[in-house]
Order: sequence, then C-alpha cells, then structure tokens
Amino acid sequence: MSEQFAEDQKVHGVPSIEHDGDILLSARGVTVGFGPKIILQDLDLDVRKGEILGFVGGSGTGKSVLMRAILGLTPKRTGTIKVFGYDLAKASEQERKTVERRWGVLFQQGALFSSLTVKQNIQVPMREHLNLSPRLMDELAGLKLELVGLPQDAADKFPSELSGGMVKRASLARALALDPDLVFLDEPTSGLDPIGAAAFDKLIANLSETLGLTVYMVTHDLDSLHSICDRIAVLGEKRVLVIGTIDEMMKNEHPWVMSYFRGERALRRF
Amino acid sequence: MAFLEKNTPPGGKVVTDEGVQRIELSGDWAINTLSAAEAILTSLQFSKEKLTCIDAGGIDNIDTSGAWLVHRLRGSLEFGGRRVEISGLDEKRKSLFNELDQHHPPRWTPEKRKFSIFGFLENTGRQMEGIWLDALAMLHILGSLGMVIATVVFQPKRLRGISVAVQFDKSCIGAVPIVALMSFLIGAIVSQQGGFYLRQFGADLYVVDLAGILVLREIGVILTAIMVAGRSGSAFTAEIGSMRMREEIDALHVIGLSVTEVLVLPRILALMLALPVLTFVSDLASLFGSGLVSWAYLDIPPAAFLARLHEAITMETLMVGLVKAPFMALIVGLIACVEGLKVAGSSDSLGRHTTMSVVKAIFLVIVVDGLFAIFFASIGI
Repeated sequence: MSEQFAEDQKVHGVPSIEHDGDILLSARGVTVGFGPKIILQDLDLDVRKGEILGFVGGSGTGKSVLMRAILGLTPKRTGTIKVFGYDLAKASEQERKTVERRWGVLFQQGALFSSLTVKQNIQVPMREHLNLSPRLMDELAGLKLELVGLPQDAADKFPSELSGGMVKRASLARALALDPDLVFLDEPTSGLDPIGAAAFDKLIANLSETLGLTVYMVTHDLDSLHSICDRIAVLGEKRVLVIGTIDEMMKNEHPWVMSYFRGERALRRF
Repeated sequence: MAFLEKNTPPGGKVVTDEGVQRIELSGDWAINTLSAAEAILTSLQFSKEKLTCIDAGGIDNIDTSGAWLVHRLRGSLEFGGRRVEISGLDEKRKSLFNELDQHHPPRWTPEKRKFSIFGFLENTGRQMEGIWLDALAMLHILGSLGMVIATVVFQPKRLRGISVAVQFDKSCIGAVPIVALMSFLIGAIVSQQGGFYLRQFGADLYVVDLAGILVLREIGVILTAIMVAGRSGSAFTAEIGSMRMREEIDALHVIGLSVTEVLVLPRILALMLALPVLTFVSDLASLFGSGLVSWAYLDIPPAAFLARLHEAITMETLMVGLVKAPFMALIVGLIACVEGLKVAGSSDSLGRHTTMSVVKAIFLVIVVDGLFAIFFASIGI
C-alpha cells in the first residue's frame, strides 16, 4: 500500500522545483515537535498565488501547528519557510514588518482583543501600520463590517457581547483590514449556521477573485472544500499526504482520504 | 494585489471639456497610499458641470479601500447634484465596485464628547451604588460561606481537604521566604531607627521594648496581611476571574456544584490557616532582625536582648497580634473572591478587578486593624 501513497505524492504532489514568482508560500523540510513528540516531519508545501487552498486532516495531526509554524508562533526544529519570498527566521525587522502587513490571520477562537470594541479591533492594524484620517478609518471599518455581513450596531460592541459566529466574522474583518494578499483562516465556518457558512464561502471566493487574495484555509467543512477550494491538502503521517483538486481527492485510494471524502457523512451530501 | 514593495504615488486631475467634467485618476489606489489619495481628493477643485466622468482607467492597482475612496467621491459628487459615471474598469474591478455597492458603511459622524455637571453627578451616584452593591456581594458570599461551613460541619466529607491543602501550600509555604525576609528587614530597620533616637537619652535598652511590642502587636500581622493580599489575594481574583471569562463558573453551576463550596471555601479556609502561621514566622524573623541590629549597632548582646524581651512582652502581646490574623485573612479572601466573581468578559475587566481586589483588601486590612486597636484599648489589653 505504502508505495501507492508514494506514487500519489509524485503524481499530484508537492512540486519539487525551486519556486518561481507564482508561489507565495513555500515550506521545505519543516520539522516541528514538542519535547520528544514530533508533530510534523520533513513537511513540504507550496501555496500558489491567488488560489484557495483547503487544509484537512484528523484532529491532532498538526494543522494548527503548521499554521502557527508558518506564522512564526511555534518554533520549528529544521526546515525553511518562505512567505512572499522572505525566510522569516532570517528576515530583518523591516522585512518581517513588510510580511506582517501583507498577511491577515483568522484564529480559531477569533482572538479579538477583548478590551476593544469591534470597530477598534478592526482599526488596530490600520493604526499600527498606516497613517489614516479618523473619518477614513471609521468608514473602512464600517465597510469591512458590512463586507463580512455584520450589522452596523455590532461596531461598538465588545467581543464578549457577540455570539460565536459574530466573533468569527469580526475577526475576519480584522484579518482583512489591511487588504492583505494572503489570509490564513483557521476553521472559519465552524460554528456558523449553514446559510452563514455559505455566505462566508461566497465572500472568500469573491475576495479571492476580485482582489487576487490567496487563502490558506484550515477547514472541516466539506461544503467549503467542494465549493470554493482550488486545491486541497491532506495532512497526515506528519507530512502533507496528498495535495490536489477535489476531483483528485475523490479518486484517491488512501484509507483516511477515502473515508474523509467518500465516507458516510460526505456521501450524504449527494 | 494590495501591498506592493514599490508604490506609484496616486494622482488625480480634473479636465473639463464640452460640458463634461472628467476626473482622471492614476497611480496606486491601495491601502498603502490611501492617505495620499485622500489628500488628493480633498485638494481637487470640481466645476459645476452636471455631467461628470470618473476615469479610473489610469489606476495601476486598486483594492477595497482605494475603491471605497472612489466610491465615496462618486457619492459626494452625486449628492451635489451631478450625474457621475465611473469608466475605465475591467471585469475584475467592476465586480469589486459592484461588491462595494452592495455593502455600504453608515454615514460618518464625528464623535463628540459630552461634558456636563450631570455626567459628573451621575458617575458619583454610580460609584456610591457600586460601593453599596460591593458590600451586598460580600455579605452574600459571607452568608453562603456560612451555609457551606454549616454543611461541612454536619457532613465532613463535603470538605475538599485536598483542595484546602493545595491552596495552603500555595499561599502559606510558598510565602514563607518572602515574608521572613521582609519582616527581618523591617525588624532591623525599626531597631536601628529606634536605637538612633533612644541612644540620645541613654535609653538604648528600650529598643527591645519598642521592637518587641510594635512587631508582635501591629507590624507583624499588618505587613503579612498586606503581603498576602498582594500575593494570594490577587492570585485568587485572577484565577476565579479567568474561570468566569471562560464560562467555567457557569459550568460549575450547571453541573450542580456550589461555587462557594468548590472555589471560595477552600481558598478562604486555607488563607485563614495560613495567615496566623505566616504572622508567627514574621514575628520570629523581625525579632531576629531586631536582635542582630541591637547587637551590632547598639552593643546589646543577645543574652541581654532576650532577658529584656522577656520582661517587655508577655504571651498576651503575641496573642493580640495572632488573633487578628484569621480576620485579616477572611477579609483578604472574601474581597479576592467577590472581585473575581465580578469579572466580565474582557481582559481589561480582569485587570481592573485584580487591582481593585488588592487595593480594597489592603485598605480594609488597615481599617480592621484600627478597629481592633480600639477594641483592645477598651477592654484594657
């Protein structure tokens, strides 16, 4: 069986050529571990410009750990991760700042600053990185709120007064505050009702199309995987098991991939 | 593309020909150049022509924020009674503007701060009400603590022994070194300062009386209580407060456990056991410090110090200090738990209540010490 997987990896797998300009994020030989436990080993990954990459994997396989390693929040043992062509481990302060302006992150729990209102939360990156007039900042915050589908009266609420789904949206609005090139979304549609989740998917697809936004999305939502993801990466056995389009996933013979994409729950969709 | 390594500065000019006003925009209209772009828009002089065309064809890069500026310009021109068209958009940009059309932020109104005497009065009133509610909350916790203690007396199994032991370990054993060090220094300083002045009257030996009575009756217990309020009181507030923020307190309620029994009682009980012990440690350490300084600075040998101490203080002096300790502990623990339970959803409120817990606890510890002083004076101890 295992030769079969190796074969798969070669077919749809990670391109081994050193990247051209079209690759926004590349990870090579990344190993992350805590104490004696290795979570990710020799992981390779490329994210192309303008694509929506869905990331799936069983609980505890290290999806969030990989995202945190890319963001530089969890230290990696070996390997290089380049974002926008910069290796963050070696980047200067200035380069790091440049990269931080170009990405937006939606954390799993939202991670809104609890002592600021939603509007102030959205304005935090603007205040930090730009010098805009108060009027423009208020209008932009209002626009982002509208864009993610929050009512205007949410602007002056504190995160503790919002529902779970509203926290997700407000957090997406903050991630989009600087019109980033690359957004990381950690389970964006979990906890949303199906209508809200569909609207969320549509919004992300729309932004990706109109602004050329690149999306790195950790998700378990089969609907988002089917409807908006250009490519899907499966994390397992401490590496990227397979990567490819949804059709390729449906044909894949790996038992985990099979049970995920063609399991009982998945097939109930049809 | 929102962010570029190199930005072309945005540009704009107004050209009027044949009754049509053309606003030609160029350069980058993206978040990075946004303040420059806004400045250009405010500097443009618009004519009164009825027909206006915004030519966005010259724009190199645009994102949602840049598009918003163009959109706003169009809105304000239309509001001024002109007919406005945006031209020079390709498919992608058209869909961007369409998206923007559907989502419109509300009209901007600058924030105004109101100041009036009524606001001041209202705040004062609210604060007074807050103090009253605080007192009620403390009585509430005290009452439920009484209930829980009564339950525990009849059903000793309900007492969470391990929890009490863990809290005792944290608030007593862990505090011994710092309390001992602090008291040692205080004892030494009191003796040195006292000795400096008493020596002028040739009354060096009375330093022992001074240090002995002062430390045992007042300073030992007060300083220990203050240290405990800062060390354990703040920890209690932060623990209970963060449990509240994460709905753990609500989970306890739903499971049918009493918060007072599970969280408050073990902490207050442990603190009431810990403070007398710590006070005793503090007394010993400050007498030791005082003895050392007397020996080194005032030439009173240890034997003479101990003999004088024996005459100056009695068991009663020690007990006057120690008897206050459990009450101080009760106050520190109660305030810490009440403040912890008052924490709302934000980290800001957690910080505020932790500060309030320490400030109130220290203040009340001193007030209660004063009440005890009056009480002891009136019964003649």
